Amino acid sequence: MVDFEVTDLPETDHVAAGDEAPEFTRPLVGEEFWEDRSFAALVDEEAPLLLLTHPMDGAFPTTYVWNALADHGIVDRLPVVGCSVSTPYEHRDLLADRGVDARLYSDPAAGVAEAYGVTHDLDGMAGVSEHRLAAFLVDEDRVVRHAWVASQQPDFPDYEALTAAVDDLV
Amino acid sequence: MSSDQLVLYRLQACPYCERVVRVLDDLGLDYRSRFVEPMHSERTVVRRLTGKRTVPALVDEATGVTMSESANIVDYLRATYGEGGEA
Repeated sequence: MVDFEVTDLPETDHVAAGDEAPEFTRPLVGEEFWEDRSFAALVDEEAPLLLLTHPMDGAFPTTYVWNALADHGIVDRLPVVGCSVSTPYEHRDLLADRGVDARLYSDPAAGVAEAYGVTHDLDGMAGVSEHRLAAFLVDEDRVVRHAWVASQQPDFPDYEALTAAVDDLV
Repeated sequence: MSSDQLVLYRLQACPYCERVVRVLDDLGLDYRSRFVEPMHSERTVVRRLTGKRTVPALVDEATGVTMSESANIVDYLRATYGEGGEA
């Protein structure tokens, strides 16, 4: 068998279940346009919802996780919003390529990653920080009801646990 | 005025859009910017609103007006919200 290494990511003090989900405003990309959108306002209108932070569009964990959320029917049960450092144009392509019913925040300077404690300094690449794969299920009071943050690379959510948490809210 | 009442559909680096933005700013109006698809043929949201695919396009929910063509929009904004305007 070929040796391969799953890398442990450093410990991080991330937003956890029971915490208030930090507010932010970034361009939110849908199928037809992108505009500044406050996360708190989105929660007010659409909660419960799932916030998924992920590596830049095109990285294989990003492709896998969006396919898996669709396969597990999670995107059909509640609004799912992604967030990565990718531009609105890349987000538009990701939505079209994956065919998922979701919207994606564009956070090029990774400030949202900082606020949620999910910053990932990209594999030693100079000047690039991005988002760890992480999932935050947020209720109508903007309280996080379920949080999962990658502790290894690659690492994927426990979709059964996530589905069970969605069952409790939806 | 609430920022939800004026919605500007625009394209990044579009001079005609910037012309409208300058007038909105000069008049001190709050507005919401929606950046649309650069590919003309895929600009469905604008076509649905105005019947055309050109940007800029403006929706004024306060008056129910939806329009395109920057010169028309500028005239409308000045007439409605400028000094001695209707609103």
